[in-house]
Amino acid sequence: MKTIIFKTASVFLLPLLLLFSVFILLRGHYLPGGGFVGGLMASTAFVIHSFANGVERTKNIVKFHPGFLMPVGLALALLAGSLPLFLGETFMTGLWMDQPVPVIGSVGTALFFDTGVYLVVIGVTLTIIFTISEGL
Amino acid sequence: MSNPYIVLPVLFQLFVAVILMFAWNRKNLQKLISVVGSLIALLISLALLIKVNQEGIQTMQAGGWIAPFGITFVADTLSALLVVLTATSGLAVSVFSVGSVRNARIKFGYFPIFHLLIMGLSGAFLTGDIFNLYVWFEIIIISSFVLITIGGEKAQLEGAIKYVAMNLLASVVFLTAIAILYGLTGSLNMADLSLQVANVSNRGLVNVTAILFLVGFGIKSAVFPLYFWLPASYHTPPPAISAIFGGLLTKVGVYAMLRVFTLIFIPDDFLTTVITVMALLTILSGGFGALMQNNIRKVFSYLIICHIGFMLAGLGIYSTVAIAGAVFYLVHDIVVKTNLFLVSGVIFKFRGTYSMRLLGGFYKEQPLMSLFMAIPLFSLIGIPPLSGFWGKLLLIEGAMDQSNILMIVFILLGSFLTLFIIAKLWAEVFWKDAQELPKKKYIRYFDELKPLKKQAMLASVVFLSLISLGIGFGAEWVMQLALRIAENLMDPSPYIQAVLGS
Repeated sequence: MKTIIFKTASVFLLPLLLLFSVFILLRGHYLPGGGFVGGLMASTAFVIHSFANGVERTKNIVKFHPGFLMPVGLALALLAGSLPLFLGETFMTGLWMDQPVPVIGSVGTALFFDTGVYLVVIGVTLTIIFTISEGL
Repeated sequence: MSNPYIVLPVLFQLFVAVILMFAWNRKNLQKLISVVGSLIALLISLALLIKVNQEGIQTMQAGGWIAPFGITFVADTLSALLVVLTATSGLAVSVFSVGSVRNARIKFGYFPIFHLLIMGLSGAFLTGDIFNLYVWFEIIIISSFVLITIGGEKAQLEGAIKYVAMNLLASVVFLTAIAILYGLTGSLNMADLSLQVANVSNRGLVNVTAILFLVGFGIKSAVFPLYFWLPASYHTPPPAISAIFGGLLTKVGVYAMLRVFTLIFIPDDFLTTVITVMALLTILSGGFGALMQNNIRKVFSYLIICHIGFMLAGLGIYSTVAIAGAVFYLVHDIVVKTNLFLVSGVIFKFRGTYSMRLLGGFYKEQPLMSLFMAIPLFSLIGIPPLSGFWGKLLLIEGAMDQSNILMIVFILLGSFLTLFIIAKLWAEVFWKDAQELPKKKYIRYFDELKPLKKQAMLASVVFLSLISLGIGFGAEWVMQLALRIAENLMDPSPYIQAVLGS
């Protein structure tokens, strides 16, 4: 599928989709969206890029092995979930900042948990896609 | 009593798994983290057991959502005890893995997945929410799918297909049962369900759901008509993995049955008869199956089935004494079955085969080690004062109270079959003269291993043997614990009160 239109579009689609995935991630919690969908969308951005330009090019963009995102995301989610434990609350209790942060909105442990999920989903999906397309 | 820290045994395993993932390519560091992590996990779970023992049932509402709306974690004595046993087996298998698991498997994430499996097991024992129980079962089976296929040998994949197929089927049945139960009562909290199910007027549907749960958990714990996947798959992965499978995976099914059939569905005569018949046939089929086998790991696989029958029998008799017997047997069986698969792994490392006909002369070559190996073997038969005896004693006492002669006959028959099988195994593997076996190239024999690896393998067997001995000689303490657990299971009102408040 190395047509010039697709190739050119993919270069613009990659940052747009990534940005949109972050928007979806931040929109979650009270509205449809969240880490899982956002993560899938971000990995779709890379998948489209790899279809148009070949896996090698995409790997060059990502720089590090995407599998590394899995422990990072898990660690973030685990930390966000167990943070209340250090304050004597139960596991997974949502702790929120008093004032909403501009642009992002209210920030709490749930956001960090979702970000962890976001990273894990990107890590898993990209690892699978890269591994499968290596054999092709 | 509310206590936010009872979830620590679960979280800590996840923590260890995450740390291990960061050390993905460093196998020696992974081994160290895994062993140290398992040791700390054991201490945490022991602390939980002591706490529960002193202060009664501990609960935790995840996220601060009050029961029955949120997910509840409950640590009663049974849960805490099983978490301790899980951590104990986990520690032994982790140490054994240091010696026995190949680098190729470690490179594909053996240790992180192993800790995720232990996390799933601890979570399943601690949760007080039936849907959450399903989620933990999923975590357990997904991790076990990875562990059973990791390495990708042909025999492994063949066993894995049967294992995966049957366990997915069990999950579907289990999930269907949960859906029906939710439709009937509108609740998923087990303590709340206990109150709600009693008030449902459509008794027919309640009984159907109970049978669905029995089938779902029955497949997982390998009871009579549903056990075929177990002997077809448990002998295929490396010994460390089959040890954790043999020791713990089927026991989660037994735990779930004990919980569901004492808390949510109080069995009527029909259900106890069904469970009793299943138990008797499980004992019989497991025993006779083991008799036919030559591969020692297959023998142990069938013996798992046979002894699942004993625990189910306790549930079938349904009296405090009998359930205490089942709990005692559960405690004994987790330690012994884990140990037996480790023993088979050690024997394999020495001889390069699992075939009873080819093995021999082990006692002459390794007299001290053979003695330690004799402990789990003879505990399994139930020679007093070893640990298997006391559980059976309670079971027979329970059956005697109800003058259930058939049950007593089958329990004795099961013990006799086990005795015969173990005697045969002992004579073949340990006493018979050794014969020259051709050296196989792809196996690293025990003599070729580094001293640390040798010690790790032997130490884990010795550790579990000593615990078996401890359970046998400290039977009075364990028996009191089992009786208290059984009383709590038979009268769930403290459990319900602890979860739902007044």
